[in-house]
Amino acid sequence: MLLKDEVGMLKRVPLFAGVEPAKLKLLAFTSDRVSYNAGQVLFRQGEEGDAAYVILTGSADILVESDAGQIKVAGVEPNAIVGEIAILCDVSRTATVQASERLEALRIRKDHFLRMLKENPEMTLEILKVLADRLSATTAELSLERSRPH
Amino acid sequence: MDKSLARYIWKHTWRQQIWILCVVGISMIPYFMSFDLPKQIVNGPIQGEGFESAGTTQPFLAISIDLPWIGTLNLFNGFQLGREQMLYALSFFFLFLVMVNGLFKFYINTYKGRLGERMLRRLRFGLVDRVLRFPPFQFKRVKAAEVATMVKDEVEPLGGFIGDAFVQPALLGGQALTALVFILLQNFWLGMIAAAIVAVQVILIPKMRKRLIRLGRERQLTARQLSGRVGEIVDGINTIHVHDTSNYERADIAERLGKIFKIRYDLYQWKFLVKFINNLLAQVTPFLFYLVGGYLALRGRVDVGQLVAVIAAYKDLPGPLKDLIDWDQSRQDVQVKYQQVYEQFSVDRLVDPKIQALVQEEPNALAVPLSVTNLTMVDDSGAPLLDRVSLQVMPGQTVAIVGTPNGGGDALAEALARISWPESGRVTLGNDDLQDLPESVTGRRASYASSDAYLFAGTLRDNLFYGLKHAPLTPTKYEGAAATLRDWQIGEAKLSGNPDYDIASDWIDYASVGATGPADIIHAVMPMLAAVDLSRDILELGLRSAIDPRLHAALTGRIVELRSAMRERLEQEGLSEVVVPFEPGAYNSEATVGENLLFGAVTGKDWSPRKIAANPYFASVLAADALDEALYGMGLDIAEQAVELFRDLPPDHPFFQQLGLMTAEELPDYEALLQKLTGKPFATVSAEDRAKIIAVSFEYVEPRYRFGLLTDDIRQRVVVARQRFYEGLPGALQDAIEPYNPEKYTAAASVMDNVLFGRISNVEADAPEKIRALVFSVLENLELYDEVLDVGLDYNVGVAGRRLSNVQRQKLDVARAFLKKADIIVLNRPLLALDQRQQEQIVRNIFDELTRQQRSPTVIWVLPSAGMAPLFDRIFVFDAGSLVEEGSYETLRSENGIFRTLVSQ
Repeated sequence: MLLKDEVGMLKRVPLFAGVEPAKLKLLAFTSDRVSYNAGQVLFRQGEEGDAAYVILTGSADILVESDAGQIKVAGVEPNAIVGEIAILCDVSRTATVQASERLEALRIRKDHFLRMLKENPEMTLEILKVLADRLSATTAELSLERSRPH
Repeated sequence: MDKSLARYIWKHTWRQQIWILCVVGISMIPYFMSFDLPKQIVNGPIQGEGFESAGTTQPFLAISIDLPWIGTLNLFNGFQLGREQMLYALSFFFLFLVMVNGLFKFYINTYKGRLGERMLRRLRFGLVDRVLRFPPFQFKRVKAAEVATMVKDEVEPLGGFIGDAFVQPALLGGQALTALVFILLQNFWLGMIAAAIVAVQVILIPKMRKRLIRLGRERQLTARQLSGRVGEIVDGINTIHVHDTSNYERADIAERLGKIFKIRYDLYQWKFLVKFINNLLAQVTPFLFYLVGGYLALRGRVDVGQLVAVIAAYKDLPGPLKDLIDWDQSRQDVQVKYQQVYEQFSVDRLVDPKIQALVQEEPNALAVPLSVTNLTMVDDSGAPLLDRVSLQVMPGQTVAIVGTPNGGGDALAEALARISWPESGRVTLGNDDLQDLPESVTGRRASYASSDAYLFAGTLRDNLFYGLKHAPLTPTKYEGAAATLRDWQIGEAKLSGNPDYDIASDWIDYASVGATGPADIIHAVMPMLAAVDLSRDILELGLRSAIDPRLHAALTGRIVELRSAMRERLEQEGLSEVVVPFEPGAYNSEATVGENLLFGAVTGKDWSPRKIAANPYFASVLAADALDEALYGMGLDIAEQAVELFRDLPPDHPFFQQLGLMTAEELPDYEALLQKLTGKPFATVSAEDRAKIIAVSFEYVEPRYRFGLLTDDIRQRVVVARQRFYEGLPGALQDAIEPYNPEKYTAAASVMDNVLFGRISNVEADAPEKIRALVFSVLENLELYDEVLDVGLDYNVGVAGRRLSNVQRQKLDVARAFLKKADIIVLNRPLLALDQRQQEQIVRNIFDELTRQQRSPTVIWVLPSAGMAPLFDRIFVFDAGSLVEEGSYETLRSENGIFRTLVSQ
C-alpha cells in the first residue's frame, strides 16, 4: 500500500475526515508503517499510550482483562483507529489490541499527532467536532439507559 | 614552594647558577680582547704605528699583566712579526675571537635554556602536585580552567626567565661594564658622556616601565578570568540553552574582551613610547661621540684608532644595556606572576605527601570495625550537615542509610570517603584515624561510588579499570634505543624533581580483581558488569562498533559460521522475513537504492551519497544503460513529494527527523532546483544538477517512504549496474569501498551489520528489539559474547564520559567500586538515574555476586528511599543531621518512628 492509498484510508477515518489532504499526507508520511503477524500485540491494557493505530489491512481483537481472564469485547477492521484516546489525554491503555490475522497499520506517534494539532487549528476543530459528536452520542445513550425502568 | 621567586630559583639551581656565572666570567676575557683588537689593527699594521722603519717587527700574542705594586709581569714574549704579517695575524686573531665569543654565547644560551626548562618542569609539576593535594573544600573555590591556565600559560615565561635569573644581569652587566670601562680607558670624557647617558637610561626607563608591569598584571588577570568564563560556558552549555542566556554570555564575553583590548592597547602605546625614548637615548650617544670625539681628534687629544674603537665599543653598549633593562622588567613581571600563582596555590591544610605516597605492596585488609565518633560536618556556608553523629559498623555488615531529605546520610558517606573533611569529631578504622590513613590503603581496601560519577576521556575499559591503577605494578622492559630513551627520561625527571614512575608500565592491579593478566581480566569482571546490568549496554556498544579484523580474529574468523547460525535462528523463530539478507545478485528491498548500488561499506568519512553520485566513474557506470536517467526521474519525483510535504514547515521542526531524504537546510535548494528543472529534458540538465537529484534517489527505501516509485525494472538494472561497477573499479576507488561478501567480514561495517548481513525490515513491528535479542543469544551460543564485550570496552566514552548516558555512567561507577577487593564500600545514592525497581534489582544482583565470590565487605549504602532497606543487615535513619534510629528492618518496622513513615511514603 502506497502513501497516497494511506492518505485515502485516513480520509475514511471519521476523526480525520474533515482534514485537508495535504495535512493527512504529512501525517501519513511521518507515521510508521508497521506489520503484525496473527497473535502479535499492538499494545497492552495498562501500558502508557504513546501512539494511535489506523488499521490498513487485516483485523484485530480488542481484549479486556477480567476476573475470568481476557474477554474479547470487539473487533477492529480496516479504516478503524485504535488507541486514539490515549494520545489525546494521559490515560493508560484501557484494552489490549491483538492482531487476529496478518495486519498492517499506520502508527501515529503521540508527539507527532499533538504537534499536528497544535499547528493546524482547523484540524483540531475537526477532531473536536468528532469528539463532541461522540460525547453527545454517549450522553444520549447514557440518559436513555438511565431513563429505562429497571 | 618559596614565597620569593629568587629564593626558589636559587634553592633548586644554585650549583648550576654558580657554574654558569663562572663560564660567563671567563667569557669576558675574549670579549674584552675583541674590543681592543680593532684599535691595534688600525693603529698598528694599518696606520703603521710601531712599524715606522722597514723591517721592524712587533711581538704578537705577548702576554704581560700589569699588577699594582709588583709591576709588569711578562708571561710570554710573543712572536716577532712584520707589518703585513702582523695585519694578517691580528685579523685572523680577531676572527678567532669572534668564533670564541660565539661559542661561549652558544654554550651559555643552551645551558641557560636547559636550566630554565628544567625549572619550568619542576614548577609545573609542583603546581599539579599541589592540585592533587588540595583539601576538598578548595575545589569549590577554584575554576578548573583558571587553574589549567596558570599551570600551562602563566608560568611559561618563568621558564625563560629562570635561566636568565642570575646569568643575564651578570653577563649583560659585565658586557656593558666592559664596554664602558673600555671607553673610559680610551678617553675619560668620552667615557663620561657614555656613562651619563647610560645613567639616564638605567634610571628613567625602568621608571617608565613600572606602568607596563601594572598593565601586564591586569592583562594576565583579565585573561585568566576570560579563560575561566569560557570554561564555564562550555561546562554549562545546556543551562545556557535551556534559559536562552546565550546573549547574556555573549555580552559578558564581549565586555571582557573589550576590557582586555583596552589594557592591551594601553600596553602597546606605552611600550612603544618607552622604546622610542630608549632608542633616542641610544642614538644621542654616537652623535656626541662624533661631535666631541671628532673635536678631540682634530685637536689631537684622541687618536683616530681610539675613536674608531670607542665607537665600535659603544655599538656594544646599548645592546646589553637594553637587554639589562628588559631583564629587569621581565624580573619584575615574572615576580608578579609567580606571586599570583603562589598565592593561588598556597593553600592551608594541604594533604601530606605521605598520604599519597606510591606503594607497590598490597596493603593489609581493613577487616576492622568502622567507628564514627561525634562527627560534625558543615557545608561551605557553615550550616551543619551532620551534628555530632556517633555510630559503629562491624566488618562484613551491610548497612543502609535512609533518611529525610537533607537528613545527612550523604554527608556521612562523603566523610567516610574523605571527599569532605570533618569539622569536628572523627572516623576511625580499628585504631587508625581515617584522616591519617594513606590513600594506598583507603584507595585499595575501600571504595566509593556516587551519582556524580566522573569518567575520564578514553575508552570504557580505561575507565572501568581506572580504580585499579595504583602503582606501576608490571614494569615495561626496555631494550636498545628504547632503554636509552627511558634512562634519559628517568635522569631528566630526577633533575627536575619529577617522579620517574613509568606511565607506559601496566598499572592495573590484576590480582585485586582475581585475574592474572590482561587476557582473563574480562572474565573476572564480567559477573560484576552483569550484576549492575551494564553488560547489555557494553555488548550493544560493541555491536555498533567497526573493528579491526586483525585484532579480533576470533570474531571475524567465524563470521560465516555466525551468519549461518543467525539465519538458522531467524528461521526457527519464524523471523526470516524480518531480516532481508544481502545477496550479490539480488536487490535488497529494505536497503536504500544507494546501498543496493554500492553493495559495500564505504571506508573512511570522505564518502557520502552526494559525493558518490558526483564521482565521474560512478556516473559513467550509471550512464551505461541509462540508469542515470531512470534514477534522475525517480529523484525528481521524490524531491517533489518531499518539498511538497515539508515546504511549509520551519527548519527546526521535529518532523524533519522523519524525512531522511534531505536535510531541512537543503530543502530550499531543492525547491529552487525543482523549479529550474521541471519539464527540462534529461539531456539538457547539467552534470552537477543531475548528481544532486540522483543523490536523493539514493536515499530511497520503498517500504519506508511508500511513494511507489521503485519499479522492478529499476531494481534489476541497479543489480546489473552493481556488477558493472565492481568489474571496472578504478584503483582510487578500490580503497574507498569494501564490497559485501557473504564469506567475508566487512571491516568498514559495524559488528551488528556483519552478523545480520542484511537489513532489518522497516515495517515489521518490534523488529529491532527481537533481532537484537536473537543476536545476543546467537553470540552466547557460539561463545562470542565475551569477544563482542571486549569490543564494546574499547568504546570511547568522550570527554567526562558524555558519550555514555547518565545511567550507564552511574552503573559503571558502581561496578568499578565493587570490582576491587575493597573491605569497605561506601555508596552514596549511586544509581539515582534508575528507577527504584531497577536499583533494587542491581543491589540484589551485587549482593548475590559478592556471595558467589565469597566476599563479605562492609557495605554502607545511602539509599534514595527506604523501600530497598530490607536488603540490608542494619539500617541507620537520619533526620536533620542526626542519627535518629538504628536497627534491623524488622525492629524498625515494628517501632513507631521516622523509619515507618519513610517506608510508607
